[in-house]
Amino acid sequence: MVNTTEEQRVGRYGRFGGQYVPETLMTALKELEDAYEDAISDTTFMDELNYYLKDYVGRETPLYFAERLTKELGGAQIYLKREDLNHTGAHKINNTIGQALLAKRMGKKKIVAETGAGQHGVATATVCALFDLECVVFMGKEDVRRQELNVFRMELLGTKVVSVDQGSGTLKDAVNEALRYWVSNVEDTHYILGSALGPHPFPRIVRDFQRVIGVETRRQIVEKVGKLPDAVVACVGGGSNAIGMFHPFVDDKDVALYGVEAGGSGISTGLHAAAVTGGKEGVLHGAYMYILQDDNGFIQEAHSISAGLDYPGVGPEHSYLHDIGRVKYTSVTDAEALEGLQLLSKKEGIIPALESAHAIHFATELAKEMSQEEILVICLSGRGDKDVQTVRDALGVNNNG
Amino acid sequence: MAKKKLLNAIQSVNSQGDKAFVAYMMAGDGGLETLKSKILFLQEAGVTAIELGIPFSDPVADGPSIQRAGERALANGTTLRLILQELETFYKEVTVPLVLMTYYNPLLSFGLEQVAQACEKLGIAGLIVPDVPIEETVELQRALANTDVALVPLVSLTSPPDRMAKITASGEGFIYAVTVNGITGVRDGFGEQLERHFISLSEQSNVPVLAGFGISTPEQVKSMGTIADGVIVGSAIVDAFHQNELEKIKTLVQAAKTGVLN
Repeated sequence: MVNTTEEQRVGRYGRFGGQYVPETLMTALKELEDAYEDAISDTTFMDELNYYLKDYVGRETPLYFAERLTKELGGAQIYLKREDLNHTGAHKINNTIGQALLAKRMGKKKIVAETGAGQHGVATATVCALFDLECVVFMGKEDVRRQELNVFRMELLGTKVVSVDQGSGTLKDAVNEALRYWVSNVEDTHYILGSALGPHPFPRIVRDFQRVIGVETRRQIVEKVGKLPDAVVACVGGGSNAIGMFHPFVDDKDVALYGVEAGGSGISTGLHAAAVTGGKEGVLHGAYMYILQDDNGFIQEAHSISAGLDYPGVGPEHSYLHDIGRVKYTSVTDAEALEGLQLLSKKEGIIPALESAHAIHFATELAKEMSQEEILVICLSGRGDKDVQTVRDALGVNNNG
Repeated sequence: MAKKKLLNAIQSVNSQGDKAFVAYMMAGDGGLETLKSKILFLQEAGVTAIELGIPFSDPVADGPSIQRAGERALANGTTLRLILQELETFYKEVTVPLVLMTYYNPLLSFGLEQVAQACEKLGIAGLIVPDVPIEETVELQRALANTDVALVPLVSLTSPPDRMAKITASGEGFIYAVTVNGITGVRDGFGEQLERHFISLSEQSNVPVLAGFGISTPEQVKSMGTIADGVIVGSAIVDAFHQNELEKIKTLVQAAKTGVLN
């Protein structure tokens, strides 16, 4: 695979990335790196992965021309990469399928994972059921309360969900606890990290398993319109759908890339999840990257209406792409994301995930400033069924206010 | 004689036939105003060195006891800056070496050069940074290069021989040998391969090898003392301070002394 953005130091993207983990994990990371290198050069492994992506996940996903939305805005022609049509309803399963096959290949029968709202947890529980792997998922106490149905869904799939009440009881604390569990059970357990984060080789593995999004998009758009898009937009929490979408376009200098972070109540309020546009460099969960932190270097809680973007850091490769100016990072507030969600629902009959709604809102603004000959692709990373309750509550509050 | 303060303290205890006893305590647990009395209590109790925990929001290498202590310290508003300020008021009374145990991000935020200067000024003998493995020490080594502050490495049961060799070769002060695959905290038993692991470490290392993680009773202090140059006791001391059971701490420290050992 192409590694256009990597430099010499192990697992580095410019000065970002690295392996800031307890010594006990270093051997497991090396083992994972070796197993991964070995697997991707093995056609049997790649054939098996592609088989499951096609027949189980339902790939390839369509690249859909959003004609009514395009007309409504009157600017660029808008295409949606329909990752919402994957099994389990989002791009997350592209990675969990790959990592579960990797775990099997390493002879590890147990899986640990973290989850925020439960999307990655469900995608992990799903593949563990499929491949007969024992699975434990750590989930913040607050998230367990807010996402009862996803907890039950994981349990239905045979996974043990452990509520985390340490720290703030949210996603970052669930990652801490998953890492602690991995340290204690490293010899027979693989950690399926859900985003393009964490110590090397995770950011690379997750990116490579998500690259299928961008690779398909690139081929599909050329088939449809005979050229590459002028702009590509994706939402960025940790950054897995975005890096998967962007990476195959990084060397195409004429394709503008936009990463949309969660602006929460607004960057100036301090209540947001925008690590690039509103954070500082530092180390969290094994990597040097942009994170939300206070003046003492303590990690701050993220705030977003979208649980999948509610993480106080953005992966090392995104941090690097920001630094070299290849990707432009921006943010969209909770209220704007809700507008984006409603617009797509009404114009195209597609209820997007709140995460994806961030990308949609920014893209609609961008499309208006582009010409009708130009092409804009949005990564529609997930479907919105899981968010309907949240959206109803939020709109109810807005109507009363 | 750079970076020898910690090493000398441990070797001097070992040369008398005793085992080194490093006590871990969480700075700011119970309030920063108790920092001085706790450090002086441990010194009086006869510890070889004190590992001073700096609380952090996301302590991935710590078990429940130390996590809770850290949360209590954070709730008190404890920060690295305030700890250093407090130490400045009494560091001249501290005769045992102090080693700061902190995660990396608070150090980065403070500035590595500034940390090195502050440590040098306060006579701090070492740093333990559990989320910085040898591959990532370049920046820290550079900052500490001209100081007497040792960078104490951790080695684990999962470290293969080539890593063990690299870690022991670069070890300063002492080698912190993690005795279980896991995080800090109280445990019942130790793995069976432990003795061989320690023999192998001691053969390779130019500095003493101390055992840490999961050592919580006088019996464990004694039994680990038979295969290591000393022990690090954390959770048990943190809990004892929290519950104000100071006699327990004295008993633990005494277990590392020869008279009790035999």
